[in-house]
Amino acid sequence: MESSDIRITQHPILDFPDRRKIKFYWEGKELEGYEGEPIASALHAAGIKVLHKSLKQGCPRGFFCAIGNCSSCLVVVDGVPNVRACTEKLRAGMRVEMQEGVGPVPASKE
Amino acid sequence: MKTTELAIVGAGPAGVCAALEAASCGVKVTLIDREEQIGGQLVKQTHKFFGWHEKSAGTRGIVISGDLADQVKANPDICFMGSAEALGYFQDDGVLLLETPVGIQKLKPERLLIATGASEKMILFPGNDLPGVYGAGAVQTLMNVHGVRPGKSVLMIGSGNIGLIVSYQLAQAGVKVAAVVEALPNIGGYAVHASKIRRLGIPIYTRHSIKEAYGTACVEGAIIWQLDDNWQGIAGTEKQLDVDVICLATGLTPLCEFLWQAGAEMAYIPELGGFVPLYDENMETTVEGVYVAGDAACIEEASTAMAEGRLAGLAIAYSLGKVPADEFSRKRAESLKELDELRAGPTSGAIVKGLAVMKEQMRKRVSQ
Repeated sequence: MESSDIRITQHPILDFPDRRKIKFYWEGKELEGYEGEPIASALHAAGIKVLHKSLKQGCPRGFFCAIGNCSSCLVVVDGVPNVRACTEKLRAGMRVEMQEGVGPVPASKE
Repeated sequence: MKTTELAIVGAGPAGVCAALEAASCGVKVTLIDREEQIGGQLVKQTHKFFGWHEKSAGTRGIVISGDLADQVKANPDICFMGSAEALGYFQDDGVLLLETPVGIQKLKPERLLIATGASEKMILFPGNDLPGVYGAGAVQTLMNVHGVRPGKSVLMIGSGNIGLIVSYQLAQAGVKVAAVVEALPNIGGYAVHASKIRRLGIPIYTRHSIKEAYGTACVEGAIIWQLDDNWQGIAGTEKQLDVDVICLATGLTPLCEFLWQAGAEMAYIPELGGFVPLYDENMETTVEGVYVAGDAACIEEASTAMAEGRLAGLAIAYSLGKVPADEFSRKRAESLKELDELRAGPTSGAIVKGLAVMKEQMRKRVSQ
């Protein structure tokens, strides 16, 4: 699906006002999304559904509940693991990586 | 440490109505939600609510949530804490721990209401963990709140009201719904919703279920099949569907980890959605001063959650000495009558049965 088809522009009930487009990074690749939308929504609109690899068997995982209940969509954001992609808001320049299992130990703050 | 008369966890329909009711009696309320906005899951309900309740019938969920949010903001006795996630309740000290944008905070409420809602039930089938298998609520959030289509073509599992309504909303958003499957011999939701999606040409297969989802990294398709009278798939009836989304509308279960952790006595009552806290007619759990309302108490509709919230808010205000006894018993009777009316329909039979089980368990507990 083209990204122009995946974003809803016309809807019989809802309006989706223009929001500020920003750049962020997924696995080092530059992508565009809207500021303040969840990371998972920006990635989904960019055609990316696999967000996490399961702990034991490395099976692909995407979001499931989209409201922060289920922890299926954990990603690494700016080096910090276990961030819920479905509720964390997108910010310009954010570096998002697929999380494998429990993810890396975050660097300690000096 | 900060204190408050009443802390409410969850600013959905139950929590907000409890806050408004308690505040109208003079209770100082702190209303807590992990989201920025007020309204809980009403914010994605684009359909019109109906029923016989004059307060919400004929109004879209998104309009109701906007109206509730305005009332909360205009009420000086309610402090709304958004983007604040309640982490736990420590019964011995009566302290609620919150993760807020400015760090971890402690709050000591005189009364606590848990209105945390529900989570979706998963069903078992090969491939149910593939990305592309989403809860119906997730599909609604993605398309109705964030304006992103979940995919090109959807298989909907479950023909209860949620399955039917979300199928219609998918069509409104320009997404193809390949089929709705229902394991029961009859469509679960209201005929009016089923007719709307049938008019759009979406097939509803009763006595059918999903056999498997397939795909390497994501859902690339699904196989459905017919079920026999023992709920087993019938070989030879398989149909292959080219779908990239499988949407589960197979029921909800109360989200009440908080109440487990707070030490409330829990019971497994399937008619109410699974494990639920035991509570009395004032919505008070077995932990004194800790109340519950909405889907966290019993899986029902938003209009019932709102009525339960009002009842809990009133009972809490009374327990704090803010309402005279005669006014409390009059308003409480009205509230219980409203709940009875909301549960009078033919689809509420299981709920009524489950609540009778609850009452019996509470009675046994008191007589022990």
